[in-house]
Amino acid sequence: MTKLLKGGAFAADAFAPVADDAPLPDGGAVVSLSRFEKERENLLARNAPLGVRLKSDENPMRLGDDVHRLSLVVLEFPKFRDGRAFSWARMLRTRFGFKGEIRAVGDFLYDQINYQHRVGFDAWEVPDDFKLEDFARALTEMTNVYQPSTDGKKTIRELRAAR
Amino acid sequence: MPEPNMYRYDEFDAQFVAERVAQFRGQVARRLTGELTEDQFKPLRLMNGLYLQLHAYMLRIAVPYGTLSSRQMRKLAHIARQYDRGFGHFTTRQNLQFNWIRLVDVPDILSELASVEMHCIQTSGNCVRNITADQFAGATPEEIEDPRPLAEIIRQWSSLHPEFVFLARKFKIAVGAAAHDRAALQWHDMAVQVVKNQAGRAGYKVTAGGGMGRTPYIAHVMREFVERADILAYLEAVLRVYNQDSRRDNIHKQRIKILINTIGVEEMRRRVDIEFDEIKRAGTLQLPQAELDRITAYFAAPKFETLPDAMPKGDADFEAWKKTNIHRHKAPGHAIATISLKAIGQVPGDASADQMDAIAELMDEYSLGEIRVTHEQNLVLPHVRQRDLPTIFARLKAIDLATPNAGLITDIIACPGLDYCDLANARSIPIAQSIARKFADLDRQHDIGELKIKISGCINACGHHHAGHIGILGVDKKGVEFYQLQLGGSGAEDASIGDILGPAFGEHEIADAVERVVTVYLKERNAGERFLDTYRRLGMAPFKAAAYQEKAAA
Repeated sequence: MTKLLKGGAFAADAFAPVADDAPLPDGGAVVSLSRFEKERENLLARNAPLGVRLKSDENPMRLGDDVHRLSLVVLEFPKFRDGRAFSWARMLRTRFGFKGEIRAVGDFLYDQINYQHRVGFDAWEVPDDFKLEDFARALTEMTNVYQPSTDGKKTIRELRAAR
Repeated sequence: MPEPNMYRYDEFDAQFVAERVAQFRGQVARRLTGELTEDQFKPLRLMNGLYLQLHAYMLRIAVPYGTLSSRQMRKLAHIARQYDRGFGHFTTRQNLQFNWIRLVDVPDILSELASVEMHCIQTSGNCVRNITADQFAGATPEEIEDPRPLAEIIRQWSSLHPEFVFLARKFKIAVGAAAHDRAALQWHDMAVQVVKNQAGRAGYKVTAGGGMGRTPYIAHVMREFVERADILAYLEAVLRVYNQDSRRDNIHKQRIKILINTIGVEEMRRRVDIEFDEIKRAGTLQLPQAELDRITAYFAAPKFETLPDAMPKGDADFEAWKKTNIHRHKAPGHAIATISLKAIGQVPGDASADQMDAIAELMDEYSLGEIRVTHEQNLVLPHVRQRDLPTIFARLKAIDLATPNAGLITDIIACPGLDYCDLANARSIPIAQSIARKFADLDRQHDIGELKIKISGCINACGHHHAGHIGILGVDKKGVEFYQLQLGGSGAEDASIGDILGPAFGEHEIADAVERVVTVYLKERNAGERFLDTYRRLGMAPFKAAAYQEKAAA
């Protein structure tokens, strides 16, 4: 079983995952990209928060400007070695300026959480026995960074210049 | 002890490496308790340079752009003694490997390395690897400028880059600044060369998509001229397109060379330009001149003594060494001295702890405390006075490191092969040794002239066999080692992929086949013509006929 980690705390999931052939619930829902593309009008017309789940080989460019009408984009890690979602999250934040939730799901490691956080993820589907202090530790193991990313963290170069 | 003019960690770099060590210490502890499975631990240890080989763990230490201080060299000697079997192996990516390491020792070794501003970050795994460079950087008169400041800037940018640590495959970057390419630029996933545009302004030429292995490709030019301030933006754009668009379903088709050659270089450039424009607009990766100047200052040319050019003369041994192992320095009265790690019958690239300590002394006394590792698995004293050469030669001779064969037929690149590596199909080291013995006669070597033999024990091509004037690839046929011969490859500015000659030779046939090929060259060459050029002029036929002659007769 999994639980949702969001905003540095465990949180209730406001989005029900909806299979491609299942009826839509009344509240928040997450659908696959293919369902979103097929039923776009209907889905966007609903008066409830909507999320879209992208497989690792699905470029967020396919969402186009519709991304701003979403509350959540779920990015899959089919296996932890597949690092495409790092670029997808970065793209959602900087190219589209997406302000909604970006959630990591699937086979990722504790040791990837800091990188995910840096490129724009702000929610994680973690195993039930995942500890909150591990999340905090993951983000603080490395204090400083060499490259700018979507987290806006000051780079080592900027820190040097400010000395 | 002279402090060489090279990059020095400030408090930020030091903290970064120290925290990385602590982090890995935790990961090792989790592995030892079983919290992490080997499958989960693998990418973490690989990004810290730790492989599991045939017999033990192998630790690969980054030598950024091949530059080492004497303090670092002494530390490597210490680690060799304390934690390994008293020797280390310099690699084709200018790194140093220890082949007999225990997992529990690795965090302590990393702490030792951190104390001399070294690490193993990204020497393995599917990420940006150690940045390599021309080993004569900062010393040769041929270059536009020292390319190492740029390499250091790339090193910092690529260190734990959050977007690019789980790429489809490994990603190797090299830099150069001279017309003569000593860094095999066109064989890299990406390379940056310092160039001048028509207005005489310095900037960077970027190539990408080179690579060896199962599907060898020479790199394409991505952009002839990138402005200095834009270089990180451009490199990030290339990496981003690669991370987004590379295949992930077949490990043999996941290097950037496959992506570029599948979609075409025009389409690759189009995709990269979209990202490049966006990154430039955002402005966060622009490289300020002040930062470039700050990094460049670390590598400022030392104050060389004012000396006349006066190359000392000596006995026949010294003269032979001078002929191959000494290159012209940019400062009069100085020289660049190559220390061959290819003594006849030795393992190419290996150095003992005692040799490393002795080399460190030579570095301090004669080369401003600095040394370089070459991709051909040799070492280079970059800044020596010509008048010191006889003493340096004598001191090297005393530690069996005065082999006068740089660039000659016995200066062989070889991967560790089946003696160590669990990917290998065949041994490389004994083949290198038997060829070196066959051509041990120095007059004969000098008569043959420049001839680069490169040996890989499997298709992954760590021994650069595709780029050998004579390349040898070990293959396994039903449990027996065979060796395929390839001719006409080059890793220099005239890069080319070697042609496969025909059926592979047996372990005891390959050195003879090489000798027959060389004999054809000696008979057919024009005056002053290198093996490679004779091969290119004549084509494969006469070489092939000779190589298989004995087989046919038998």
